[in-house]
Amino acid sequence: MANSNLAAGPSGAKPKPFITPQRAVVYTVLIVCAIFFLFPLYIMIITSLKNIQEIQSGNIFIPTLHPTLDAWEKAWNSACTGLYCEGIKVGFWNSIKITVPSTIVSIIVASLTGYSMANWPFKFSEVFFTILLLSSFIPYVVMIYPLVIITRELGIYSTLPAVVLVHTIFGLPLLTLLFRNYFASLPQELFKAARVDGAGYWQIFFQVFAPMSVPIFTVAVILQVTGIWNDFLFGVIYAGPTNYPMTVQLNNIVNSAQGGKAYNVDMAATILTGLVPLAIYFFSGKYFVRGIAAGAVKG
Amino acid sequence: MHSVSVKNLTLKFGSAEVLKNLNLDVEEGEFIVLLGPSGCGKSTLLNCLAGLLELTEGQIHIKGKNVTWAEPSERGIGMVFQSYALYPQMTVRGNMSFGLKIAGLPKDEIAKRVERASEILQIGPLLDRKPGALSGGQRQRVAIGRALVREVDVFLFDEPLSNLDAKLRSELRVELKRLHNRLKNTMIYVTHDQIEALTLADRIAIMRGGIIQQLDAPQTIYNRPANLFVAGFIGSPAMNFIKGATVDGGKRFQFGNVSLDLAGYEGGAILDRPKAILGLRPEHLTMVDEAIAGHTIPAVVEIDEPMGADSLVWLLAEGRQMSVRVPVEHRPAPGKQVHLRVDIAKASLFDETNELRI
Repeated sequence: MANSNLAAGPSGAKPKPFITPQRAVVYTVLIVCAIFFLFPLYIMIITSLKNIQEIQSGNIFIPTLHPTLDAWEKAWNSACTGLYCEGIKVGFWNSIKITVPSTIVSIIVASLTGYSMANWPFKFSEVFFTILLLSSFIPYVVMIYPLVIITRELGIYSTLPAVVLVHTIFGLPLLTLLFRNYFASLPQELFKAARVDGAGYWQIFFQVFAPMSVPIFTVAVILQVTGIWNDFLFGVIYAGPTNYPMTVQLNNIVNSAQGGKAYNVDMAATILTGLVPLAIYFFSGKYFVRGIAAGAVKG
Repeated sequence: MHSVSVKNLTLKFGSAEVLKNLNLDVEEGEFIVLLGPSGCGKSTLLNCLAGLLELTEGQIHIKGKNVTWAEPSERGIGMVFQSYALYPQMTVRGNMSFGLKIAGLPKDEIAKRVERASEILQIGPLLDRKPGALSGGQRQRVAIGRALVREVDVFLFDEPLSNLDAKLRSELRVELKRLHNRLKNTMIYVTHDQIEALTLADRIAIMRGGIIQQLDAPQTIYNRPANLFVAGFIGSPAMNFIKGATVDGGKRFQFGNVSLDLAGYEGGAILDRPKAILGLRPEHLTMVDEAIAGHTIPAVVEIDEPMGADSLVWLLAEGRQMSVRVPVEHRPAPGKQVHLRVDIAKASLFDETNELRI
């Protein structure tokens, strides 16, 4: 035997049982949570694939025998949202028109502000930081009416610019905080080295810091896109009926009952509305967690 | 003309004075080391020289030009940082040429300079790698290269070797010395490592509390420390300090039952001082078996610490702990009664009241 010179008894790695009490607990919790969150989605999907007779007669938990995409087609193209029957696609494009500019503008402003606060301290920059921190905790409901007046006075109430402006403003405190903390966590000597190399405010930002900041920009994009996409309140208040985002249109489809409730169409419209944030989380979850962790260091 | 000249520099953070009315003149081609414990202001001074910190009062001249208000890139300095501070997303070549591109130098000139620097530092094969794929020593070489390509007169080093392991540190130390011999630039180097300071410097500035305590050649600092702080800070193992008094018109040093003859002491007028401190380096004491009146201190061996070639022996003399460095083959047995012979020409005497060397 090769190991004959070793004393008898255990040798090498200690065998571990497949299921230990800790693992049993962890897996149980995870499985229960997964079912809790996935089950509604399951019901929505199977319901959206049924036709209306099947829904009225059948059991809600049982998958359909004759799957059809009719409800999806109707939700997208011809479901009625109050007066118009053009489906949820109108809302989809409105949401895009609201989300894209709001996200881009708020991220540009917040990243530059955060960068300035972290690396180019100005008079009272710490005071501004404190104000920013506090303002993130003010419930935004108190600002809704003042903002209605402000946008009215600006002459943009009930238009696309109004809702974009409001989303941008409300995104700023949290995003600025996130960016400031991220930039503060980057090595200070890197900033100094760039200054000795002759790089100025913009060059350091674009050529040194921005390429190192992909995780935090990813987080900011996810936060803004999902937040703005899921928003209902600002859309219904500031956008005006022709610019209602998808969430508002969805609500109108579900609530404008003509005849019996078309549960299959409602479900399809809901899934369509949720698809964008869902896809974003799905494809960038890894970066999201990484970036949140990175932004959390150093207060 | 001085290469770098600091005049009455004061720096305050709020009400805290970090640098106090500091003056420093650095000669052309000189290697100056700023040495001191953490918080003494040495890095702060370097950052002021680089223009990364705004000073409160005073002036900085580099090559005869007043650069007190100049941007870091306009001062004619290159800087190397402790954490290397390489741009992670750029290749080595990109790191070295970044500053030159910003300065708007023509492409072939940039290529030429990068070529020359990488040849001096032997980093040619690494030029297309990213910093993440380099070892610590290679990264620091690249960081030095980034300063080299600027082709400036003054290099500033902020603890450049502190992040490296001991072996690499001594290798790069030698390389830095070689580099200085070859380039003959002015170098100002911050460290808390006295070995680096003693081996590299033409002159060392010992700092404490924002004040330069002594600015002298390494041997002078070592042999004739200007005050108690410098004496205790320089030298490892540390200098032995014996509290006592000078008597007989400064002819003898008295402590406990021991009286030492001060004839041959190199310094100022000793006089009678009721509170004096005698500083003896462990390597300036020898162990002898027989007492010599006026020249030896009786002591009992406690323990010894062998350190390869030498051994540091700890003894009790008149109730005080003292250390002596002896060749390792002469290690005495613990408990042995010995006598320590004092070489008064190499000793330092301090007045305890003002802590200055006599």
